[in-house]
Amino acid sequence: MKKILIVDDEPNIVMALEYTFKKNNYQVFIARDGQEALDILKTNYPDVIILDIMMPMVDGYATLEQIKKEDNLKHTKVIFLSAKNKESDIAKGLSLGANAYMTKPFSIKKIVDQVSELLEN
Amino acid sequence: MNSILLLIILSGYLAVLFFIAHWAEKKGNSKWTNNPYVYTLSLAVYCTAWTYYGSIGVAAKSGLGYLPIYLGPIIIAPSWILILKKIIRISRVNKISSIADFISLRYGNSRFLGAIVTVICLTGILPYIALQLKAISETFHLVTKTATNSFIFDDTTTYVAVALALFASYYGTRYVDASEKRKGIVTAVAMESILKLVFFVIIGIYVTYFVFDGFDDIYQKASLLENFKEKNTIGGLPQAINWFLLCVLSMFAIFLLPRQFQVSVIENNRENHINTAVWLFPLYLLIFNLFVYPIAWGGNILFEGQDVNSDSYSLLIPQFFNNKTLTVLVFLGGFSAAISMIVVSSIGLSTMLTNNVLIPYNLLGKLKSDEQTISSRKIINSRKFGIFILIILSYFIYRYFGLDYSLVSIGLVAFVIIAQLAPAFFGALFWRRGSRLGAIYSIIIGFLICIYTLLIPYTIGISNLESFFISKGFMGIELLRPFQLFGLDYLQPVPHALFWSLLFNSFTYFAVSVSFKGNYRERNYAEMFVDINKYIINHENAFIWKGTAYRNDIEKVLIRFLGEERTKRAMNIFNVKYNVDKNQELADARLIKFSENLLTGHIGTASARILISSVVKEEKISLPEVLKILEESKENIITNKKLTETSKELKEISAKLQTANSSLIKKDLQKDEFLDTVTHELRTPITAIRAASEILHDDDEIPEDLRKQFLQNIISESDRLNRLIDKILDLEKFETGKQTINPSKNNLSNTIEKAIEPLQQLIKNKNITIHIESKHKFNAYYDEDRIFQVITNLVSNAIKFCPEKEGLITIQIAENSDFIQTSVLDNGKGIPTSDFEVIFDKFYQSTNQNIKKPVGSGLGLAICRQIIEHHKGRIWAQPSIKGACISFTLPKNKNTEN
Repeated sequence: MKKILIVDDEPNIVMALEYTFKKNNYQVFIARDGQEALDILKTNYPDVIILDIMMPMVDGYATLEQIKKEDNLKHTKVIFLSAKNKESDIAKGLSLGANAYMTKPFSIKKIVDQVSELLEN
Repeated sequence: MNSILLLIILSGYLAVLFFIAHWAEKKGNSKWTNNPYVYTLSLAVYCTAWTYYGSIGVAAKSGLGYLPIYLGPIIIAPSWILILKKIIRISRVNKISSIADFISLRYGNSRFLGAIVTVICLTGILPYIALQLKAISETFHLVTKTATNSFIFDDTTTYVAVALALFASYYGTRYVDASEKRKGIVTAVAMESILKLVFFVIIGIYVTYFVFDGFDDIYQKASLLENFKEKNTIGGLPQAINWFLLCVLSMFAIFLLPRQFQVSVIENNRENHINTAVWLFPLYLLIFNLFVYPIAWGGNILFEGQDVNSDSYSLLIPQFFNNKTLTVLVFLGGFSAAISMIVVSSIGLSTMLTNNVLIPYNLLGKLKSDEQTISSRKIINSRKFGIFILIILSYFIYRYFGLDYSLVSIGLVAFVIIAQLAPAFFGALFWRRGSRLGAIYSIIIGFLICIYTLLIPYTIGISNLESFFISKGFMGIELLRPFQLFGLDYLQPVPHALFWSLLFNSFTYFAVSVSFKGNYRERNYAEMFVDINKYIINHENAFIWKGTAYRNDIEKVLIRFLGEERTKRAMNIFNVKYNVDKNQELADARLIKFSENLLTGHIGTASARILISSVVKEEKISLPEVLKILEESKENIITNKKLTETSKELKEISAKLQTANSSLIKKDLQKDEFLDTVTHELRTPITAIRAASEILHDDDEIPEDLRKQFLQNIISESDRLNRLIDKILDLEKFETGKQTINPSKNNLSNTIEKAIEPLQQLIKNKNITIHIESKHKFNAYYDEDRIFQVITNLVSNAIKFCPEKEGLITIQIAENSDFIQTSVLDNGKGIPTSDFEVIFDKFYQSTNQNIKKPVGSGLGLAICRQIIEHHKGRIWAQPSIKGACISFTLPKNKNTEN
């Protein structure tokens, strides 16, 4: 069973993603901001992380930087999922080392496809 | 008193003066040497041994006759604010170092005129210096009760003269540039001025109150003496004219005497020192003259019928009563008065002698081929030598010409000679037409008349009634009798000479100037002198010159006299001042004037002109051309001034535009940020709605409770979206002024309670205690719906930030005469001080990064601020012991005009 970590401060969005990935046989972890995510990542090494950018406390960028430093998470794929949809935002996100960048609002189907595609490679 | 003892005292006194000069020279610009009092006291070099001893003599012999010499300066002193300031300004910008330089420059750098002025000054002043030496010598012998020595090396005065010559030549020529300030000398002179005044006042008080019984006593006793009445009346119209002419004479002297020009103009550090001198110097003279009268008549009473020199009363009286200390003090006072005159005069004369005679007529060619260090040394040495020679020369005049006249008469002769400079000098200041020829002829003619009416008779012997020349006139022509020229027989010799010499002098100056036009250079300087205030800044602009000149050549000349480093520095200053490219090859008029100025202090105006002319090729300009250029330059200066003003205005406007622009840029950035955040905030609920809808749409196996939950999410996110849109519109209305508020008289406590009511459930759920601290009802004018909104927002925020356990919200209401202040406090994590301001911005984001999530909608506090400010109130965050504290004020009175 693949493990997925969803990091977002909007409970209703998290709820939709949680439901979807559980249904698709993922083990789902949930964090409401970057700090919570990093706490979870100390003991769990998910295959994929879906990461929001604008969050209270520790934001998505900073979280990704920490993830990149962690040896145990070398193979973990990271998808930015953000309402920041300008090209410059996307370029910045990818340059920081995310494997994919998806904008909000998103299609459930597409995000499931994106995740499985990343895991296949 | 023993001569050896007196000599020791004298040496000690001189040592102290040397020390003061040395100290002042080292201190340079300290406030001890550079202040209006030192300046004013240095002007008191006017009071020489003549004042100190001679006035008493005159008062004793002829009553009030001593007064005009002091009345003149006292009367003219207020005019210094205008005239002396003008002279100082002209001298400063042109680097003038003597009165000869001043006159020579004004009349077109005239070498000849500079030399004539120097000769006049030497003729007038050398006997005057000799007189001071005589005073020193005579008083020395009087104090020591010794006979005058006929052998030079036995005469103390010889040594005093040598010591003074050394002192003056050392401290008077520290710099090659003669227009530099001589702090040491000036401070020493100021010190001497204090001493001579103090010692004079002491002897005055001694005679008045210790020898006699006050002024009345002296008057009573003196009035019994014969001739008392006669001596103490002005004596009718002729005598009044004598008085008047003597006043005029001393008015000129205070401006023209080389030593006065030296201390009042050359050594002036700041123009505004004059403001003090204007009252303090007359006061000094008044105090000095206060005791002249009692000492003189005291002496007359004490020594009635004895053959004593009344000039020496101030020494004879204490000696008569065997008061040695006082005798020595008086002697030292007179000594001070004499030596300060000798030192300052010799410095002034020596500068003139070198810069206006020796260098332009002789040394210039030799100096030109010398290295800079050598030429500087030669210049300094010639000045040193000049001072030395002048003092020694005066010493020989004193030794061999006897000078049998009283202190006063020789002094007055000097005044009359110097007064010959008056028409040319004051004409230079006020009359543009005054010309070089006019000045030359006027001075010569005035001087010749002086020789005829004063010098020759004085040489023959004023009291020599047998003299054919004096009693019968030149070749027996009665009209040419030197003391009754053209039959003018009611004036005393000095006023008489002054009257005729000045009459012919002024007339010549005027007539020649009007009849013969001067050259363009004179006209140019006339403009610069008369209108100095107009040209004080960038005065090089006013100099007119046409021709070809190369910077390189001029620089070479400058380097010869100033040295490499100073020349470079000066050139840099010039380039910066006039915004000239340093690689420019050709020199313009400004540079030529600038260079002449640089040289003037070293070698005098005439030589500076000659030197610069030797390396440039000047074209002649006609007088009309000069006048035209002057007119243009005058207009230019006015236009320039206007341009400077306009450019200043433009600068201000441009600065304002820049601020406006940067604030616009800032606002634009804020707008971008705002849009960014707004779209983000709108997308978030849409994202949730879309995700939930997609699941509901695609997934048929969704459990019933989850299906309901997703539908519930869709509803609440739609509401959120709608609220957000409402708030954005609300804020936009406030910001653009479309939103109005409708104040009415309301009770704030009621409004607060009403606002809290809907939040009670939330408060209960979070276990928060809410506490309202208000003693009574507070009435104010406000829009209740809007304030309701503010309170709801603040309390909602407080609820959000209260800790999970033991949350506490406090609402405090207080009032003063104008305002009611409401504060909402919680015990949550609080607001960082750095965020106190920004939280009221739209979409405030903590630490100002646009990636962090705003709290709530990010618009609540921004709207609150708008509402409060529309009520003419204020809202702010403030530090509190624990948690956040937001306060707002509302005015009590109905003054909101919205």
